[in-house]
Amino acid sequence: MRTISPVKEKEAARIMSATETPAVRTSVAPRPQGTSQEGRHVIQIENFNFFYGSKQALTDIDLRIKERHVTAFIGPSGCGKSTLLRCLNRMNDLIDGIRMTGTITVEGQDIYAPGVDVVDIRKRLGMVFQKSNPFPKSIFENVVYGLRIQGVNNRAVLREACETSLKGAALWEEVKDRLDESALGLSGGQMQRLCIARALAVQPEVVLMDEPCSALDPIATAKIEELIFSLKEKFTIVIVTHNMQQAARVSDETGFFMLGKLVEFGKTDTIFTRPKEKMTEDYITGRFG
Amino acid sequence: MNRFIRSGDPFIWVTGSALAFALLLVAGLLGLVLVSGLGFFWPRSMVEISLADGRKLAGSIEARERIPDPQSGKKTTGSWRFKLKQGNRDLYGSDFVWVDEKDVRERAYPKEIAVIERREWGAFHGRPLKVLEGETVVAEGVDRSWALLIQRLPAALSVYDQARRIEKDELGGINFKKEKIRLKRRSLELKGHSKGSALDALKAEEERLQKLFDKQMEALAALRGTVRTNVVFVSADGQEKQVALTNIVRAYRPNELSFFGRLGLYSSRLWEFVSEDPRESNTEGGVFPAIFGTVMMVFIMSLVVTPFGVLAAFYLREYARQGPFVSAVRIAVNNLAGVPSIVFGVFGLGFFVYIVGGSIDRLFFPEALPSPTYGTGGILWASLTLALLTVPVVIVATEEGLAAVPRGAREASLALGATKFETMWRVVLPAVFPSVLTGLILAMARAAGEVAPLMITGVVKLAPALPIDEFPPFFHLERKFMHLGFHIYDVGFQSPNVEAAQPMVYTTTILLLVVVVALNLTAIIVRNRLSKKLRTSGL
Ligand SMILES: Nc1ncnc2c1ncn2[C@@H]1O[C@H](COP(=O)(O)OP(=O)(O)O)[C@@H](O)[C@H]1O
Ligand SMILES: [Mg+2]
Repeated sequence: MRTISPVKEKEAARIMSATETPAVRTSVAPRPQGTSQEGRHVIQIENFNFFYGSKQALTDIDLRIKERHVTAFIGPSGCGKSTLLRCLNRMNDLIDGIRMTGTITVEGQDIYAPGVDVVDIRKRLGMVFQKSNPFPKSIFENVVYGLRIQGVNNRAVLREACETSLKGAALWEEVKDRLDESALGLSGGQMQRLCIARALAVQPEVVLMDEPCSALDPIATAKIEELIFSLKEKFTIVIVTHNMQQAARVSDETGFFMLGKLVEFGKTDTIFTRPKEKMTEDYITGRFG
Repeated sequence: MNRFIRSGDPFIWVTGSALAFALLLVAGLLGLVLVSGLGFFWPRSMVEISLADGRKLAGSIEARERIPDPQSGKKTTGSWRFKLKQGNRDLYGSDFVWVDEKDVRERAYPKEIAVIERREWGAFHGRPLKVLEGETVVAEGVDRSWALLIQRLPAALSVYDQARRIEKDELGGINFKKEKIRLKRRSLELKGHSKGSALDALKAEEERLQKLFDKQMEALAALRGTVRTNVVFVSADGQEKQVALTNIVRAYRPNELSFFGRLGLYSSRLWEFVSEDPRESNTEGGVFPAIFGTVMMVFIMSLVVTPFGVLAAFYLREYARQGPFVSAVRIAVNNLAGVPSIVFGVFGLGFFVYIVGGSIDRLFFPEALPSPTYGTGGILWASLTLALLTVPVVIVATEEGLAAVPRGAREASLALGATKFETMWRVVLPAVFPSVLTGLILAMARAAGEVAPLMITGVVKLAPALPIDEFPPFFHLERKFMHLGFHIYDVGFQSPNVEAAQPMVYTTTILLLVVVVALNLTAIIVRNRLSKKLRTSGL
């Protein structure tokens, strides 16, 4: 990220003011006051270590994620952001030879405790991936996939859920007349919003997003950012990004990762304007990354 | 020099010529087969020749060559000979004769010389002398007799067709039911019933069938009696031969035909070839049962090999822990393709026919024993044997497809709360389907061309009935069947009349190729449809 000049105070302030670029400001509702200050902790990560075989990817992570807040993970490539995110809904279970210590609890439940239903965890923590990955099916079938998996087959229920989710993902107006067409005909930004709608359809508590805008153009990115903003009213959101302006624009709290360690975690304003750690400061002002 | 090689140009030439050479071989093979095969049905002009010794022959010239020198065996002598298709096998003993050109005194192309294709004894070459209705002469003289023959032939052909239908469908059906009753009675006897209402009912039913049978026989005789026309022909050397009109398939005067006349005749003979049963121990008539058998066998094989191969591939790629053992299994599967197909045939005979088929017979068809039902070669066992032979192809193709299913698609499904099984069923399986079809295409091509394993698991030279007919249970998978590949072998190398049968080798080869290409095209079209639907952008 060489777009940010190393003059830290002023520049960080300018990053913050990116939220006030006209494109975003005109259409985004003001932040709901109050909720962003307090809030229960939905997810608690304690003393968490994670290994791919013998390679340690995460070291001693302690982190709490607040309900109906947007939490951003930032950090250079390969620092373990995705790994941590994928640990939250146990997507890493699919990889051979992984090992972990410590606990992650969601609503007080240890998700790695024996006997926990992985499928249930994944229903509660939906995920949106870096590369949009719609199924080669119709738009409608994409959105209701999760419901069909749950055994819902009532056409009316599915229609209703489809509409709600697409509206929630700000895609309804664009696709309402072609729900039965293939999802693969959508544009990149639309596909990503479809993936968000698909995740919303199963009514998760938390939505995990792994660099959801990294493959999108600026306009599509702005739309998704607006969307994240509005989703915050209903869902807890964890977003991985290595676009710092994005983290500054959309998140309430930010964690900065480096080589598998959580260097600093706190309110986004604080992290971007008055970081405690030298490393954080260097990173957000663009000295490396 | 070194720089020249490094420039890469020679490599382009080498690769290009390798491809050109391969194409040339394929084109040459196809050309040979097409020319020799498709020319067979073209009606050639007839020549009537007088020989030095006074003999006269009529026929078409099929080949011409230098006479080899008897000492050296080299074909360098100045004299030529030609091969004449003289027909009249009943008079001369063989269809073909080699004639020295220096013996020929005279050649003529008379318009009125005719080819009479008969149901027995092959073609007759000659002229009609008179037409008889019963004992009375109704036409005399070459032209009058010919006109009457042509006029009455269609009716005779239709009577023949009706008679065939009665024989095959009505009488065949009755015989089929009678055999069922015999088996039922036998099975009752085996259970120790020697009297009782069940037996009486069977007896009554049998009598009813017998009456029906007699009635149909009478109808058949009556039908046959409607055509009592006989034609007396005379050959080029003056021998007379009487032929029943019902025994004539086709009659034409080749020297009189226009180009379109020939074309019409050509298509009618081609159509006969693909749509009719064979005659004269397969050297004449059609090959329809062989086409049917080949296609049906490939279908059954596909139905078996697809699920089997796909399931195996899923286990290997999705469930089995990847390691040396799975790699060994994979290598073994791949190398199964290198086992000689006759070995599969032997296995099929030993396992499917004797063990499985034998057990089925003992359990379900004891009344038919000692004559086997499933305990002998049949289309089911041949198809299963071929399925075994081709399953590695499907496994390999499916595995490759599975490896290519994007991880994003699987993760998306899992992240929505689907289990691994649901993900495979709803996302992976549809995505891998085009690859499965690719495997199936290769498997079908291999199976349709395979002959050796079939010879011991159910193929026959001449099958009395198709494996599908109108009698319940409609599919008779235990039946023996005919197959184009075996037909080629049989006609070409086992035929009593090799020279007459030789062109059939080519025509049958063409047909086999057409069948394989048609089956493949179908699969390819289906696959492309699916791929288009599945074409991924984001995945
Ligand atoms: N499936 C895997 N197997 C082994 N190592 C992995 C795997 N996925 C990621 N890693 C390693 O773990 C580290 C963290 O990766 P990741 O969480 O993807 O980083 P980030 O998302 O922050 O760029 C990297 O060094 C990466 O090479
Ligand atoms: Mg990542």
